[in-house]
Formats: sequence, C-alpha cells, structure tokens
Amino acid sequence: MSGFFKSSIGRKIAMALSAFFLMFFLLQHFAINILSVFSPDLFNEVSHFMGTNPLVQFALQPVLIFGVVFHFVMGFVLEIKNRNARQISYAKNNGSANSTWMSRNMIWSGVAILAFIILHFIDFWFPEINTKFIKGDWSGLHEGVEGYRYFEELQHKFHSHIRTIAYVIAFVFLMLHLLHGFTSAFQSMGATAGRKKTLQNIGKAYSIIIPLGFIFIALYHHLKYVLG
Amino acid sequence: MKLTLKIWRQKSAESKGKIVDYKLDDVSPDMSFLEMLDVLNQDLINKNEEPVAFDHDCREGICGMCSMFINGRSHGPDRAITVCQLHMRSFSDGDTIYIEPWRAKAFPVIKDLIVDRSAFDRIQQAGGFISVNTSGNTQDANAIPISKHAADEAMDAATCIGCGACVASCKNSSAMLFVGAKVSQYALLPQGQVEAADRVKNMVAQMDLEGFGNCTNTGACEVECPKGISLENIARMNRELIKANL
Amino acid sequence: MATLDSKVPKGPIKDKWTDYKNHIDLVNPANKRNIDIIIVGTGLAGGSAAATLAELGYNVKAFCFQDSPRRAHSIAAQGGINAAKNYQGDGDSTYRLFYDTVKGGDYRSRESNVHRLAEVSTNIIDQCVAQGVPFARDYGGLLDNRSFGGVLVSRTFYAKGQTGQQLLLGAYSAMNRQIGRGKIKMYSRHEMLDVVIVDGKARGIIARNLVTGEIERHSAHAVVLGTGGYGNAFYLSTYAMGSNVTAAWKAHKRGAFFANPCYTQIHPTCIPVSGDHQSKLTLMSESLRNDGRIWVPKNMDDVFAIREGKLKPTQIAEENRDYYLERRYPAFGNLVPRDVASRAAKERCDAGYGVNKTGEAVYLDFAAAIERYGKEQAHVKGLDENDKAVIDKLGKEIVKAKYGNLFQMYEKIVDQNPYETPMMIYPAVHYTMGGIWVDYNLMTTVPGLYAIGEANFSDHGANRLGASALMQGLADGYFVLPYTIGDYLAADIRTGSISTETKEFDEAEKEVKTNIDKLVNNNGTHSVDYFHKKLGKIMWNKCGMARNEKDLKSAITEIAELRAEFWKDVKVPGSADEYNEELAKAGRVADFLELGELFAKDALQREESAGGHFREEYQTPEGEAMRRKEFQYVSAWEYKGEPKDAVLHKEELVYENIEVKERSYK
Repeated sequence: MSGFFKSSIGRKIAMALSAFFLMFFLLQHFAINILSVFSPDLFNEVSHFMGTNPLVQFALQPVLIFGVVFHFVMGFVLEIKNRNARQISYAKNNGSANSTWMSRNMIWSGVAILAFIILHFIDFWFPEINTKFIKGDWSGLHEGVEGYRYFEELQHKFHSHIRTIAYVIAFVFLMLHLLHGFTSAFQSMGATAGRKKTLQNIGKAYSIIIPLGFIFIALYHHLKYVLG
Repeated sequence: MKLTLKIWRQKSAESKGKIVDYKLDDVSPDMSFLEMLDVLNQDLINKNEEPVAFDHDCREGICGMCSMFINGRSHGPDRAITVCQLHMRSFSDGDTIYIEPWRAKAFPVIKDLIVDRSAFDRIQQAGGFISVNTSGNTQDANAIPISKHAADEAMDAATCIGCGACVASCKNSSAMLFVGAKVSQYALLPQGQVEAADRVKNMVAQMDLEGFGNCTNTGACEVECPKGISLENIARMNRELIKANL
Repeated sequence: MATLDSKVPKGPIKDKWTDYKNHIDLVNPANKRNIDIIIVGTGLAGGSAAATLAELGYNVKAFCFQDSPRRAHSIAAQGGINAAKNYQGDGDSTYRLFYDTVKGGDYRSRESNVHRLAEVSTNIIDQCVAQGVPFARDYGGLLDNRSFGGVLVSRTFYAKGQTGQQLLLGAYSAMNRQIGRGKIKMYSRHEMLDVVIVDGKARGIIARNLVTGEIERHSAHAVVLGTGGYGNAFYLSTYAMGSNVTAAWKAHKRGAFFANPCYTQIHPTCIPVSGDHQSKLTLMSESLRNDGRIWVPKNMDDVFAIREGKLKPTQIAEENRDYYLERRYPAFGNLVPRDVASRAAKERCDAGYGVNKTGEAVYLDFAAAIERYGKEQAHVKGLDENDKAVIDKLGKEIVKAKYGNLFQMYEKIVDQNPYETPMMIYPAVHYTMGGIWVDYNLMTTVPGLYAIGEANFSDHGANRLGASALMQGLADGYFVLPYTIGDYLAADIRTGSISTETKEFDEAEKEVKTNIDKLVNNNGTHSVDYFHKKLGKIMWNKCGMARNEKDLKSAITEIAELRAEFWKDVKVPGSADEYNEELAKAGRVADFLELGELFAKDALQREESAGGHFREEYQTPEGEAMRRKEFQYVSAWEYKGEPKDAVLHKEELVYENIEVKERSYK
C-alpha cells in the first residue's frame, strides 16, 4: 500500500481524497456562514458549538489542517514533477484548443487560494487560537457584545473595502479551481465512468453556487455596513 | 499557396536544436501535410541541404508513426486525424506554420522531428498482454460469450495507435491515456481478468519509471487523440489500480 | 535444369499436415535454449513467429525498420480475417475455404499449402480471442461474421474496419510478453541488408542501425524473413512508405529463388491519384462494394461535361449510366473478385469514360443503397415510404453506421461528401502474391532460410481473396513455421553458437559497406524519389493491370537503363553514420530497380492470363482472362548476376483434389 501512494496514480488519488475532504469542509463552512445572513443568533449558536466542541476542535480541526497542508504540498510536488517531465517547451503551444484555462492553471488558482487562506487565518483563525488556546477563554463572549462574539467579529471584518475585494477575488479563484477540481477528483478516483455528464453538472453547480454564496455573504455584510 | 514553415532542426540526440525558417511557394491544397514536407525535402536535396527528418510510414492514419506538433497542437489543427491525414486545405495562403517534435522527457529527440517512443514499448512489455501460449490449443473462440457492449468498448480502447499525441499535448507529458487504453481493453474482457491486478500495477510502475508526468485530468489527450480514445479509460485504470491494491 | 523439391508429404490431402507433424524431428526444450533464430519483419507473420518460437524456448532476435514492431504494415488491413469456423451454419468447411482460395487464386497456388492454411484457420480465431483481440460480436455475445468478395459464405471475422491492427496488436502483445521474459531481443529501427551464408546454410544477417548508421552482424542457426510484399516497386501503392523488397531481394541474390514476381494484386477501390505530389494511395475497404454500385456515364458528352465541372454525377439520369460490373457479371455483380473488378474499371477508363480530370476514376455510388435502406427503415418505423426526405435521412443513418469511418476518411482526403455525391475510385497496387519460393516447410532454396507471410509465394496463386492475407500471415507464424523449423533445427543441436567473426560475415559486411559508400558518395544530380517515381511510371504503364509483349519488352530495357542511370546519377545527402532516410530509401529503390526488371521478365514469359496477371494477347472474345494449361506451374527465378540473366525453374502444379475449371463470375 505504501508503494501505491508513491505511484503517480496513487498520488493523484491522494490529491482527490484530500480534495473530497476539503470540498465537504467547504460545504459545511458555507452552510454555517450563510446563517449569518438570515439569523445572527443561530449563526452564533452554531459557531460556538463548532468552536468549543472537543471533537471538532481536537479531532476534526487537526485533520482539516493536515488536509489543507497535504493538498497544497502534494499539489506543488506534483506540479514540479510534471514540469520536469517536459524539459524543452514548445515554441508554439495552443493549449486552449484542447483544454480549459482552469484545468491548465490549477497551480495558479491554487496559489491564489493559498494567499487567501493566509489572509483568512490572520483574520479569523489566529485570533481564535489566541483567544482559546493562549488566553484560555472558551466562553465565546466578548466585552461590550451582547451574546456570543462571532457574528460581531464577522461583520467587523467586512467593513474594509480592500478586504472585501480580496475576498471576492479569492472566491473567484476558488470557483475556477473547483470548476476543474470537482470532476477531476471524481475522475482520479475512477468514479466518472458512465456518469460523467451527471458529475460534470453537479460539479458545475457546486463550483459556482458555493463561491458565489461566499461572495454574497461578504458583499452582504460589507454593503450593510457601507449603506449603514 | 505560399507558406512559411518554422521547423525544429536538430542534427542528433546530443546536439542542440533550433527553429529554422523555410519558405514554400507552390503548395496545393490537395496535398497532405506530409506530401508538403516531401516537396520541401526535394527542394532541400536539390539545393544540397539536408532534408528534414520525420517519422512516417503507412500514410493512412493507422501505423501511428507520424508525430508532429503543428501550430501548437498534436497532429495539427484538425481533430481525430494523424498528420498524414491532415491536408493543406486546412491552412490558408500566407500562413506561418510551426512544426515541432513531440516534447517529453520520456520521448527524447533522435533527429529533427523524430523522437524515441520506445518507452511505450517498455510499458507494454511490463504487462500489456494476456499470458496465453500461442499454441492454438486454447478453447473454442465462442466458448465464452462476451457481451457486445463490452466487446465494443474494449475495441474502442484497443483502437489506440500508440502515436504519443496524448503525451505530446498533455501539459504534464502524461502517458495515462495510452496506458489506460491498454489496461481498459483487457479489464473489459473476461480473458484479461486473471492477471488484471499485476498488469495494472506493473504497467503503471513502468510508466512512472519512464519519466512521464502525472495526469491532472485536463482532457487535452482525449481531444487530440487521433482515434478519439475516451478519458474514461484513465478513470478505469485508476479504478483498476485501486482494486489491485485493496 | 534443376528441379524444385516442394517436399509435400505423401498421403491424402486432409491428412498430410497431421501426418507430417507426427513424423517430424523435434528439438528438446533444453536444446532449444542453445539455438538462435533471427526473424526479420514484425508484421503478422514475423511477429507471431517471433512470439511462438520464443515461447517454445528458442532465442529469438527480431528486426524491424519501424520504431516499434507494432507499426508493421499489417496494421493497415481493414476488412477482416477468414476462418472456416462455420459459426453461421451456412455450409462452410475446411474444404470449402481451401476450394475458394485455390479457385480465387486462379489455380496457380500449391494445393497442399492452401489446404493446410484452411485447416489451421480455425485455430487462429481461438488463439486471437484468447489473447484478447476484440472481434466484433453479435447481441448474443458470440462472434460475428461478414461476407467478402468472391465467396458464397460468411466466414470473415472482423474488428470494426481495423482487423489488421487488432490482430497485429495481439501478436505484438504476445511478443511483448516474450521480450519481457528476455526470450526475444528486439531490434527496432534496424534494416536487414544481407543474409550471411556459411557452408551453404543461412547463418546470420547484416543489419544497419537506422539511428546511428552502424553496420551490425547478427548470427543465428536459422533466418526467417517476414518482410512483406514488394508493391512499392510501383511507387504509388497502398503499401506503407517504408515497405520494401530489400530483405527478400538480398536473399534472392544469395540463392533463394524468387517465385511468380509478376503476380500483383491491384485493388479496385482506392482513392484516385490527385496530382504529381501524390506519395501514397489510400484503400477504401472492399466491404463498400456490398452496398456501393460502380458506374461510369454511357455517353461521352456527359463524361466531358463532368470533367469540365459543368455537370454533376447526380444529374445524370439512370438510363445514361453504365453499371458495367452488373452488366458484365450479372451473377456476382459489384462483388466480383478484385482482379476482375480492377480490370473492368481500367477497361472503361481506357475507353475514355474516366470521370475525373486525369480520366482515371469511376463512380462508387451509394444513392441506391441509401434509398433501399431508407425505405426499409421507414417501413420498420411505420413512416411514409414515399417521403423522399424521410427515406434519405433514414438511409443515410444506416449507411453511416456501416461505413461511417470510411466515408469520413474519403471526405478528409478528397474534400467531397460521399453521402451526397458518388465516391470516385480507381484501382491501385495493393498486394503481391508472388514472393520468395518456399517448399512445404516454408524454407527457401537456401537451407535454414525461411520466408513467411506475404514475403513468400505459396498460398494465393495468381490472385488473393479478401481477408486471406491476415489468415496466411498468422497461420505461417503461429502454427506452421514453429513446427517446420524444428524439423530443420533438430540437426543443429550440437552446432553451438555461430560466430560472427568469420570470413563470410567479413565479406558480407564489406559488400554492404561498399554499397552504402557508393550511394553516399555518388553526388549525382537527382534525388532517390526522382528515380523511384520513374520506375513506378514504367511499372504501372507497362506491367500494370494489363500487359502485352511489346510493353513488357520495352519495360525490361527501360528499367535496366533507369537502373544504370540511378547508379550514375543518384544524389544521397548526408552521411552513412547518422539517421539518413534518403540513404535507406536509396538502398531500397536500388533493389526495386532490379526486381522490377525480373517482374517484367516473369510477366513476359507467362503467356497466359491468370488472376492479377492479364496479358492482352490472351483473353477470351468477351475480354475475360484466358488461362493456359501449359502454364500451370510456378515460375521460380534463380539469380545469376543481372535480372536479365535470371534462370527460370518450374514447379509444376498438380491439382488432385480440385477440378481445374474456368473461373467464371458471370
């Protein structure tokens, strides 16, 4: 089995497995965040649960971190290997004639997403870690805030024009990444045979709806603040 | 038709190559692409220059010998054909045409547009067969019925001509469409089941050893394949490998 | 005059092969490990022989000039492979396949070899299915068959329009298995340039590495040639560009007799020549004649109007069309054998009725088939059988399902839509029935030198039936040679390995090098292609579909002159020690220039018409081929320095199991 993950196909499959995990995570992240539009209270409740539940914090969170890191590292490793497989490049290469821009530029959409994740960590994750693990404050409360602090913090982040724009751009890249990545992951698992069209359609829906949803959330909070 | 050709010239495997420009004045749209190169070569010979070396043999799209990257695409601008089936009517008067060899570490250039594709042979030798003695003392051909659907699908995979266009057009120089097609042909037939696990493991191991890149599912290979081999064959190979390892 | 010993075993024809196998000498497995066999050519015959001999335990060295054994030109065979399986229950049998093949060959093949071929034909199908060859199947999951020209049963197995490819890939996979095991050493991009004879036996070859230009010596206890046919002597043919006679011709020069060189098959349905730039002709499968109707206009005015582009073929009324095959051969119609169909097309074109600019094309029309299928479908689907648009649409769908890939290929090459306008076709050189003379063991007149597949002469007589070439190649390689060669090698178990450091190898290598040096340093004024095209013109015009004494005599002189000019004036750029395609081509054309002359000489001496050989002097009043009893022999030529000095040996053909009749398809 260790040989399996050293083989080219094994690594592809590992990429796909981590992608499935990340796509599932993305879905639940979205499901929670969209609550912030409809019901700040419910959003706070769920956030608090996720932020304090030991299973989520001590089991799922490390897995998630590993998944993210693995997906990126493996992505870069494979990219380097693949580039090495062609040492002299073509003088003229018309890639758009046979493949989509998204499929040929996963590395760049991936890099954009990585940049976003760093920003996102600075915005949310590091403060959370700081509050919970360094300061030891697991209450979910904040001075001057009624109820839990999560909604307030979320809103606050979207006051800035620049950050909102950065978020929107990042989600566009995420969309591009998913537009190829979703079906690609299924293809890597060998799961496309006979249901390619269906998977492609589901993939398209997922890849467009989820990032658009996130963009909507960001804009909603930003506009709410701007328009007062 | 008047054409400007930009052709990769490389004296031998060891020497450095470069793109050289040639002009052709009297090209008929009814010529095949290779016949256009024949005309160029006759000109070069008459001018005491060395003709452009390129692989070709059957000139009817089945041997898989011809292998050129034309204007940024394997086998040129038309779909589902090899270079020998490409005709000059696909170009216009005054066009500039880039002609390059397949580019991949696993396909080193031998001379000009000729590359060494023996990596493909070695992958086949690693397991691209059914271990049956050629004595003829096998069971009657109709002893095992095979559903028409499976037979047709196996045939679609088996139609690969081993030209290497998949590798050449893949941004990762991956050989997975080629290997997937062979793995699929046998995986779809009852005769291939006995050795299925070893076959896929050995062929994939050899493929990796040859230095081909990894598949990122761009689908370029399927589009450029002169025989229209489907991407599903790669999916099937992936599944076979998972199965073989479970 | 020496007589040829065909070594045909005694006894009734149906028992010959079995008895033979029961009585030959065998080599024990331990000894096989000490015996080397060289196989040149890796098509169906060479590839299957290499795989089988390696599996038996011999050390095989296989050579091909392509970059991989998978690319041999067997790969281009479209239609199918015959086998007397009688799966369709339509009365097929070993005897019937034997009979059809001998009759189709116009009674010019060796009975015993053909019967053996028919016997082993069924094994081939079993073997190939076991190897994973994806033959076409019916909905019940059993193997499907189709029908081919010149026979009355359905015995042709096929894999879409790519049967040759699938069978070759089967043999290639069997080879790969042995290469992986180390039992075959594969030398691709190598060209054989001579056979080395030691003490009267073939003991090795001289080969050129086409990548480095290095001249190599390879020794073995026996040498097998599976190097295909020589149709490229005509320059334009359906052969691959690299197909050549060099290996066979070098063997001929070393003592192997060359048999029936004039028997050439000209396939009736090829895409016509479009211009001087043409390098190769493309075949359209014979299966098209199942549904296509062949015609030319009846009136000369229409012919001119068509050529000038003033009239379209679809505008010519039914009564003004001459469906000449249906007119001349009402029983077989458009499905007459290849030689008959080709000659009939030539006859019409020579009479001035050719329908393209060069006057060398006839129509192959699917309009009637589209209408017929359309009506059938309309009836099945309960639609209006008189609605032209409906019929047209449904009919085209059926035709597309049957021949879609061929129609597409035609459209790519010609840029015309064959669903809307009839195809234009013309005969082209396709296969050579002649080849190196072999006995029943497939051994040439040089001991230890074998010839298999298209390279030998034995099974197809003067004309080959469709779907029989694949059968013969695989039969020779998988099932015949592995037995017969053992009988010879049994005497060699104590010989030990053959040294390449002998004077015979020295001399052969020196000769090869001298020849190459001559070509490279010639510095003439004309390219190799210039001479090849000239040779092709002479061959096509004077040794083509119809031949006569005067033309053949002038062909002999012209080819000899051209050969002299070639050696004086050919220009080969580059050097000998690098990849140099022009040099490889020059060597091949040099040999074609010798073979061509022998070809004409053979055609001249054969004062009869048989199969692919049609002498204008010998025809019936209706213009049909006239066979003559006194020519019921194989002409086997012995090399004596120049083609004109070649000495004729005759192997009389005896038909004990088939009555020699007039071959009629009326």
